[in-house]
Amino acid sequence: MNSATPTQRWHTIVTTVENKPGVLARVAGLFSRRGYNIHSLAVAPTDDERFSRITFTVDVEGSPLDQVVKQLNKLINVVEIRELDPLDAVERELMLVTVCADAGHRHDLLELIDDWRAFVLSENDSEIMLSLSARPARLDEFEASLRPFGIAKLQRTGRVALPSLD
Amino acid sequence: MSKQQISGGEALVKALEHEGVDVMFGLPGGAILPVYDPIIESSIRHVLVRHEQGAGHMAEGYAHATGRPGVAMVTSGPAATNMVTPLCDAFLDSVPMVCITGQVPYAAIGTDAFQECDTTGITMAVTKHNFLVSEAQDIPRIIHEAFHIATTGRPGPVLVDIPKDIVDPSSPRAAMNWYQASDADMELPGYNPVMEGDRELIRQAAEMIRDAERPVLYVGGGVLRARAAEALLELAEMVQIPVVTTLMARGAFPDRHDLCLGMPGMHGNYTAVTAIQQSDLLVSLGARFDDRVTGKLDGFAPDAKIIHVDIDPAELGKVRQVNVGIQGDCKLVIESLIEALRELGGVETHADRQAWRSTVSGWQERFPLVYQQSEPGEKLKPQFVIEQLRDNNPSDTIVCSGVGQHQMYTSQWWKFDHPYTFINSGGLGTMGFSIPAAIGAKTGMPDRRVWAVDGDGCFQMTAQELVTSTVEDIPIKVALLNNSYLGMVRQWQEMFYDRRYSEVHLSDRVPDYVKWAESMGCEAIRVESPEEVEPAIVKANEINDRSVVVEFRTDARENVFPMVASGKTNSEIQVDPSQEGLLR
Ligand SMILES: Cc1ncc(C[n+]2csc(CCOP(=O)(O)OP(=O)(O)O)c2C)c(N)n1
Ligand SMILES: [Mg+2]
Repeated sequence: MNSATPTQRWHTIVTTVENKPGVLARVAGLFSRRGYNIHSLAVAPTDDERFSRITFTVDVEGSPLDQVVKQLNKLINVVEIRELDPLDAVERELMLVTVCADAGHRHDLLELIDDWRAFVLSENDSEIMLSLSARPARLDEFEASLRPFGIAKLQRTGRVALPSLD
Repeated sequence: MSKQQISGGEALVKALEHEGVDVMFGLPGGAILPVYDPIIESSIRHVLVRHEQGAGHMAEGYAHATGRPGVAMVTSGPAATNMVTPLCDAFLDSVPMVCITGQVPYAAIGTDAFQECDTTGITMAVTKHNFLVSEAQDIPRIIHEAFHIATTGRPGPVLVDIPKDIVDPSSPRAAMNWYQASDADMELPGYNPVMEGDRELIRQAAEMIRDAERPVLYVGGGVLRARAAEALLELAEMVQIPVVTTLMARGAFPDRHDLCLGMPGMHGNYTAVTAIQQSDLLVSLGARFDDRVTGKLDGFAPDAKIIHVDIDPAELGKVRQVNVGIQGDCKLVIESLIEALRELGGVETHADRQAWRSTVSGWQERFPLVYQQSEPGEKLKPQFVIEQLRDNNPSDTIVCSGVGQHQMYTSQWWKFDHPYTFINSGGLGTMGFSIPAAIGAKTGMPDRRVWAVDGDGCFQMTAQELVTSTVEDIPIKVALLNNSYLGMVRQWQEMFYDRRYSEVHLSDRVPDYVKWAESMGCEAIRVESPEEVEPAIVKANEINDRSVVVEFRTDARENVFPMVASGKTNSEIQVDPSQEGLLR
């Protein structure tokens, strides 16, 4: 068995693309025609409005990503591609989650929120909505520790990444 | 730049004229109507086809023959979907082509309007790039970008989808200020094809060539796209290395040249297949290690080091690991390679290839292409027909073939001595390609003789374009090899399915090809015996005022050999049954 952590079997690809209609479909099509599942995806304009950055992680254990990267490069609207090694990159993801917080467990939950430095965004008598931005693996752990309280709704953004500064 | 207010439709036609378009192939309909109006005044010749697929293949044939991009124009919906096959064909064979499609008005897109389809969505996977134009003002720029993308780097088809309201003069959205777009107007930040090969890699390649004892130049269609045939000839003669030309590269190196081994692959000849297989160095120039060439990959050319030259970096190492992969235009890289080899010293400094040369010529003597001539009373042998066509036509004749056994016989038995004389559908293997492609080739090269070699199955898919050839006065000649079967499929059922023939027999009775051809305005000749073959070809060649269809009734039992069966390695090549005894 592979001893790599789950995050390591995912490749993170960061592409700079022209900010135009249909570009995401072209990019996604290159993955789907090869039967690769896109695990997470984040798209937003860069500091230059003409371009967007698409960050995606793909589960391609064992299969070479090289060919997909080369095919992506052939797309006319793709300006730049970087494949980021998780070990040399900073990755972050944002999670919004609504957790059950009845009187009996509310105190424990608030303590946990504090420990993790998460933010409370909204609350009522029975639920608390909070947010946390962290490494994806840390979010997995946080999610696990919230589960005993009862998760009502959860949404993660998919990771974004940039190369680390050594 | 003078500001002139015109409609998007006029701008589109003007932009095409500025790109140097002299002919386009198409068929009008609702959404593209406003563009067909200014065509009446245009210098561009429009060839009205009978089916949009025909327009696409004509544009391809034109591009194959002339090297200039082929242009097709059709309406929205069903016309656009009819174009999908030729676009995919052009994509797989890297044919430069620009296709204009009409689209419903911009505001109606996404409403399931009459004859609306998501043309850019559907064609995304079969084009090098496509555009949905939203503003009339963008038309000249996008047309310029489309031609630029289609013709540079690895060529390919580009589709431009044009909503009706930006070209229709009655719509306010169609008004635009005319400008002639130039390279400076292009907005393609992600498109920068690399032309020049890396010097250091080229030097390494030159050293590998110098040191190789059993080298082969493996030449693909990229050499034709790069117009590199002359450079290739210089290289091959300089280093005295044998050359194989793939199905897409037939004619890139003269078949009659001493160094030419002909076509490799599934139906390649024994020497070409075996030379690749036993080589110690394969110099791949604009070829892509297609499965029809490599056979079972893990047994392909096991001792060969690989030099791979391609303009498309995604090809380098895609199928077979390379030792040296050079991204660049084949012509420029071959020229640099010649220079680098010169700097290393002449061919006298190269490894001794005497033994290799005599091994190769030994195979050529022992395993020539063969077939058994028909006995009296038997039907014609297709190979004999191709030989007679070859011997009764000038060597610069342009030959277009369909897909099937007749395609392989044509590639094997014709002698291609000039580039751009063999036009066929390699990557997609599109039945019905030959007649429209031949019409397109003849349109681009009106002074050249153009023969389509077709099968009866293929003929029935696109023969209606012979009406186009008659009405538009584009006379071609068709050699119809009628074996009454989907012959290539029949061959596979005979060899791999225990002769259980399933749905491959077309008909011995219908259609009557002579009557059919005559009804389309063609001269038609039926040929059944060997003595009639040559006179029929001679007669066909004398008729130049209309198209001619010569139906040859050929022997359905004939199979294409040699053959490397699917899933086998090239070392397991099956030769003609009469030569089996010669295999060790
Ligand atoms: C559009 C299309 N449909 C099906 C095929 C599969 N196919 C390959 S060759 C062939 C038979 C072609 O028959 P014919 O044109 O008579 O040529 P022959 O092999 O008999 O020379 C078929 C059906 C194909 N290549 N293209
Ligand atoms: Mg047939």
